[in-house]
Amino acid sequence: MKTKKKWYDYLWIWSILFFTLGFFNILFAWLGMIDFLLPVFLAVFGGNKFFCNKLCGRGQLFQMLGAKYHCSRNKPTPSFIYSKWFRYGFLIFFLAMFANMVYQTYLVAAEAAGLREAIKLLWTFSIPFGWTYTAGSVPDWIAQYSFGFYSLMLTSLLIGLVFMVLYKPRSWCAFCPMGTMTQGICKLRQKIKND
Amino acid sequence: MAVLSKRVISVERENCVACGTCIKECPRNAVSVYKGCYAVVDLQLCVGCGKCAKMCPTGCMETAERGA
Repeated sequence: MKTKKKWYDYLWIWSILFFTLGFFNILFAWLGMIDFLLPVFLAVFGGNKFFCNKLCGRGQLFQMLGAKYHCSRNKPTPSFIYSKWFRYGFLIFFLAMFANMVYQTYLVAAEAAGLREAIKLLWTFSIPFGWTYTAGSVPDWIAQYSFGFYSLMLTSLLIGLVFMVLYKPRSWCAFCPMGTMTQGICKLRQKIKND
Repeated sequence: MAVLSKRVISVERENCVACGTCIKECPRNAVSVYKGCYAVVDLQLCVGCGKCAKMCPTGCMETAERGA
């Protein structure tokens, strides 16, 4: 009864492609905005988690590596990870870091700060990434945002990979900020409907 | 009337993050996510194989006696 594979069952390729493209030209990082806006759009207007459920390339990648290729210990995720306070706390932290990134972009746009051709892993470790960008090819703030967004995506991928290895393949989903946000939106929609 | 399995999956909604890992695991397409809020199992289709429970990142699914 297993249904045939659909086109969106191959979106794990997109997840790999995104990081590969960004590794050669950082401006491709802007494409990651799809992964950011589409889930929210679907949750707000569709009231569903179609993105998480069917389209998330990262989830598919973790599932593939963790389950099919046995890269996961497959142990239960610690319960505090999927507790409400941790999930929403992590969401707030993530949004704060995102806001900071937008602010850094603003500073560059306002010429109050120079463009930094580096990515920051885990919001701490700066890694030179200069080869991915030819200075002056686009306005500096567009490049700055790319570096920031790529950092964010890579950081969350790394955290997800660690959790995949240690716990269940898709343990990242338990506290993924996008997942928390879209589920929150969906629950809110249901609450409004029922009241 | 088809014979139903002795065991089925029960979902603890409070812990479900509605990620949909279970949907892809289910060999009988018995699981769906209700309006982006939590997973629901169609008990007419579920045979309690536990594949979804094995993959669930929050462990909110477990096999239970049918009707329990």
